[in-house]
Amino acid sequence: MVSEADHKANDETETKNIPVIEIRNLNKSFGDNHVLRNFNADLYKGENLVVVGKSGSGKSVLIKCIIGLMKPDSGTIHMYGKNIPDLDETELDTIREKTGFLFQSNALYDSMTVRENLEFSLRRHQLKAETEKVNELVMEALTNVGLAETVDMMPAELSGGMKKRIALARTLILKPHIILYDEPTTGLDPITGKEISSLMLEVQKKYKTSSIIISHDMNCIKITSNRVVLLIDGRCYAEGTYEKLKKSNDVKVNLFFE
Amino acid sequence: MNYSIFPDQWKTFLNEAGAISRFTGRFFKIGFKPPYEFRELLKQCFYIGYKSLGLVGITAFIMGLVITIQSRPTLVEFGAEAWLPKMVSVSLVREIAPVITALICAGKIGSSIGAELGSMKVTEQIDAMEVSGTNPFKYLVVTRVMAATLMVPVLAVFADAVSLYGGFLGANIRGVVSWDLYWNQVFQTLVYSDILPSVFKTYFFGFAIGIIGCYKGYNSQKGTEGVGQSANSAVVISSLLVFIIDLIAVQVIDLLNFT
Repeated sequence: MVSEADHKANDETETKNIPVIEIRNLNKSFGDNHVLRNFNADLYKGENLVVVGKSGSGKSVLIKCIIGLMKPDSGTIHMYGKNIPDLDETELDTIREKTGFLFQSNALYDSMTVRENLEFSLRRHQLKAETEKVNELVMEALTNVGLAETVDMMPAELSGGMKKRIALARTLILKPHIILYDEPTTGLDPITGKEISSLMLEVQKKYKTSSIIISHDMNCIKITSNRVVLLIDGRCYAEGTYEKLKKSNDVKVNLFFE
Repeated sequence: MNYSIFPDQWKTFLNEAGAISRFTGRFFKIGFKPPYEFRELLKQCFYIGYKSLGLVGITAFIMGLVITIQSRPTLVEFGAEAWLPKMVSVSLVREIAPVITALICAGKIGSSIGAELGSMKVTEQIDAMEVSGTNPFKYLVVTRVMAATLMVPVLAVFADAVSLYGGFLGANIRGVVSWDLYWNQVFQTLVYSDILPSVFKTYFFGFAIGIIGCYKGYNSQKGTEGVGQSANSAVVISSLLVFIIDLIAVQVIDLLNFT
């Protein structure tokens, strides 16, 4: 397990200034509700960028636009050299193969065992017939999250924390370069939340991933973030490290970080 | 009476009809393009077909038995008791068995598809499928609609056979009809123009049940409450469509001189 101190000490060396996601002038509205207004942000290689904001401020909409589940009204999202809103389904699939997404609700397939959940995306993208290799990768992903013994269990038999770990294993099995986490610790007790946050940090170190993390959980933000973006009224209101924003004199920033 | 409510109701109805038509159009647009989800299709055929055999069988058996018992007094009144196997077989095969099978399937399959896809929608499993590089429409909708379209006719033929057997037992409760005599009369009466159109219309029943169940589930909203509403409206709309299709089918069969 990588300690928080080690993580912070390594910040400068790990975070290289190569943007892997560039978001420019992103707008998204639902009727009269303008969720994102000219939102701009960059995710740099190897960093964990945490997006903080009130409920309904458009954080989940933002990452759903990034992965192509929603189309923005205007603006660009450049990832792997391509503008996501311009891509068709086939091109999006290629992008998604290299991008993990951890859903807030875990989104494990209820009718499938843990093994089948992990195999599902693997068989779609790679290794269509190599059963032994698939088994090996499934067990490796489960071992990484410490839940190898759950391989033949159904999602309904798992606790909330276990489901989150399995969902993370499913995300990791394709060895993504970028991971998008949608409120990864919501609904978990503080101890399990801390364990999941540490696991996310471990994933960043082990697989050299770049991540966007949507969260309200200050413990999670403190443990995982290299940089934090505060989203207010659909715009990037403040940006900086956790420590910098915590020391800020701005009233709106303080409301979140007190 | 407040007539001002009608325009909104019509608007809702037309919006819904338009959305179902677009959903059906999408099925035909991508349903026959590779890659095909054969494994999931077989799994759905097993769930929709094999797992409905018991319910359809029991219902068909009871229907055959009841129709025979109920018809007997009227035929006896006209001295036409010997016509019982003929009358029962025509009414069961042409109309009762296919429609009852379709209604059972609308209840069982329509609600199960609506609830399953609805809960997958509200728990983001459909989004997760999309993110994992699978076309959820093709994997979830196309396979279920095809399975329902293929399996409802099989279940209807099974229901025909079981209901005729129920008819045989019904004929022997108050009277005596030998096994050979009963089946001889049944097969002398039934001709291809009785069987084929009635089987053919069940493909449409199956398609309607599958597409409505999938449409309602796939577009489910408002959390768990929405899942219940999806399952419920899938049953109501598909049952209604079964009757509408049956009405159209009867007219078409009549026009084509199949009767």
